[in-house]
Amino acid sequence: MKRHLISAADLSLDDAVAILDTAEELARLAERPIPKLPTLRGRTVVNLFYEDSTRTRISFEAAAKRLSADVINFSAKGSSVAKGESLKDTALTLQAMGADAVVIRHSASGAPHRLAGWVRGSVINAGDGTHEHPTQALLDAFTIRRRLGRLDGLKVAIVGDILHSRVARSNVWLLRTLGAEVTLVAPPTLVPVAVGTWPCSVSYDLSAVLPGSDVVMMLRVQHERMTDAYFPSVREYSRRYGLDTDRMALLPDHAIVMHPGPMNRGVEIAADVADSVRSTIVEQVTNGVSVRMAVLYLLLGGAPEAGGPQGRGSQEGRDGGERVLARAAAGHAAGRGTEAGL
Amino acid sequence: MTGRWLVRGARPLGGAPADILIDGTVIAEVSRSARDRGPAGSGPVKVLDADGLIALPGLVDLHTHLREPGREDAETVASGTAAAALGGFTAVHAMANTEPTADTAGVVEQVWRLGIQAGHCDVRPVGAVTAGLGGTQLAELGAMADSAARVRVFSDDGRCVADATLMRRALEYVKAFDGIIAQHAQEPRLTEGAQLNEGAMSARLGLAGWPAVAEEAIIARDCLLAAHVGSALHICHVSTAGSVEIIRWAKSKGWWVTAEVTPHHLLLTDELAAGYDPVFKVNPPLRTADDVAALRAGLADGTIDCVATDHAPHPAEYKETEWSVASFGMTGLETALRAVHEAMVGTGLLDWAQVADRMSTRPAAIGRLDGHGRGVEAGAPANLVLYDPAHVAAVDPAATASRSRNTPFAGMKLPGRVVATFLRGTPTVLDGRLAS
Repeated sequence: MKRHLISAADLSLDDAVAILDTAEELARLAERPIPKLPTLRGRTVVNLFYEDSTRTRISFEAAAKRLSADVINFSAKGSSVAKGESLKDTALTLQAMGADAVVIRHSASGAPHRLAGWVRGSVINAGDGTHEHPTQALLDAFTIRRRLGRLDGLKVAIVGDILHSRVARSNVWLLRTLGAEVTLVAPPTLVPVAVGTWPCSVSYDLSAVLPGSDVVMMLRVQHERMTDAYFPSVREYSRRYGLDTDRMALLPDHAIVMHPGPMNRGVEIAADVADSVRSTIVEQVTNGVSVRMAVLYLLLGGAPEAGGPQGRGSQEGRDGGERVLARAAAGHAAGRGTEAGL
Repeated sequence: MTGRWLVRGARPLGGAPADILIDGTVIAEVSRSARDRGPAGSGPVKVLDADGLIALPGLVDLHTHLREPGREDAETVASGTAAAALGGFTAVHAMANTEPTADTAGVVEQVWRLGIQAGHCDVRPVGAVTAGLGGTQLAELGAMADSAARVRVFSDDGRCVADATLMRRALEYVKAFDGIIAQHAQEPRLTEGAQLNEGAMSARLGLAGWPAVAEEAIIARDCLLAAHVGSALHICHVSTAGSVEIIRWAKSKGWWVTAEVTPHHLLLTDELAAGYDPVFKVNPPLRTADDVAALRAGLADGTIDCVATDHAPHPAEYKETEWSVASFGMTGLETALRAVHEAMVGTGLLDWAQVADRMSTRPAAIGRLDGHGRGVEAGAPANLVLYDPAHVAAVDPAATASRSRNTPFAGMKLPGRVVATFLRGTPTVLDGRLAS
């Protein structure tokens, strides 16, 4: 794996599988009496959030703390020459504080790329503008694999505001890498004009797509889209692209319904659908912590002096989960002198 | 430094070597034998050995942002014109989007005088079309035309004159003093928040798209308006294949339309945005390889009249940011001729005589600029650039006379080197350095 996790497109199949396998093992940790590992003791993870996103921040915070990292939450508002400290200066500050990893959420697409040029630690993209949200895609893939047992060959429909969705972008790249077939479903106004260059198909008809789908992933409709002529009205959007119980009945019996949250109940998803047995929405939240633990574990590797974290991730992932847990539980005693006596 | 110069062995317009004798402010003689006979008249002659160098008429830029008054941290008239001289320019047109806006006789005269004081090249201020670039009311175009700065080119560059009626009136009004409106073609509603060419890259990167149609729709409209009122229209920084087609069609009708293309649009594509480095953020945005090919073809066949730099300096902190908050623009004066060499001469699309046409003669004509673009010939004003086409070097952003370093060519190997520039017989650049 690379040093950073910025785009799901950067993940090879081995990388992606390693993360999912590691997450699977780490998920078992939650079942232990003390769900905590010493792996990242002494390492500092900074949550740098330029957008309010309590759920994502808490998920990363829980993941880092379960690996015993020190967590610093840094909430910043605005970032430009005109408004407060620049991203670059914030990055230099974090660098000076010795951040081993920076988890960044930012309203500007590409902010994690810029950050990666200014800090030495790992950069983890927790959502940048309308670009990507790779850990969301990873937890979605993890959830699908847990529910349906595989990803290869599955048909996944992603429904909603594709144009502005970082979740959709990350899922298109990651699911493709993992062998799933993605169909984007949206009104034509909410699909990029160059969507033909993406490795997926596109449909404007949700009802036609559902019978052949193993997974349907509903995206949140942002309020600002409702006032800028992307569609005539919320009700019309809901009628054509919302998932209600009637539409849900078009799905095959085994199919699942996903949503990255937060939901607009009654707009893109009906309450009865969100609360149905097909819905994985609550599981997705739970799985998010395991997947983010796996990402932190593999990027930081627990052993910074051993040639840096590059290239270690997939190797460790292939070790198999039990060994990951065993080594993690041992605190990498062999590799880290400071932890040897713990 | 004015006096008499004998430039020995240079190749005028890339042709056979000749000696160029400069006497005072004019070229006295261009011949193979000037060195033997010696110059007519009296007084000492300074000799410049120019074997292997190409001699072109001093370059003329129709589109330069000098930032003064107002943003002297980015550029001043003195620093920008120094960069211009180092790039082989003997005249630049200073865009109006300064603070305050160059929309009155007072401001354009200030810029004009600063240019004379600096002395690196002639500065022709461009006047704003609308007061404060506000797009609602005409600026006092006649006052600027009548001022000491003798403004002939008017532009709201940076913003489009989007109101069709206002554009029509502006086109009509400047006929009274042989003016020309230079339009920044950008339909505003189609480009709200736009960051990057709308296409595969913008879709992939999640950056708001700047569609080609937003440029093309305004160009088409303005060509029709110019034809309707019989006025002169100049299109700034044409960037799309569709725009080239529309301009080709307008010219085929005999309409009075001219156009420019920037060096960066001739050489770079939106693929460079992949790393979100805002040094590649510019307006109009970098487009696709197909657009680049169409722009090159358009410049080669004359559909696009000239190259203009759109030199847009910005302080480092306006580029060391997230892409979406970074300023639009790239520096370009010092690299323009080298970039054109790479994109057009290296590809066989233009010879050096045509480069002189596209970078000196035609822009001087469009700018209604006497004394420039005359060619390398006896009797012409001694505005000259001597260029070493054999040199190759990577572009070093730190090695610039500009106050800003936002060159998109940083680290890129480009051919050529400006060795000397003469402004009316006075060297502004010698041996690749500013002449003091």
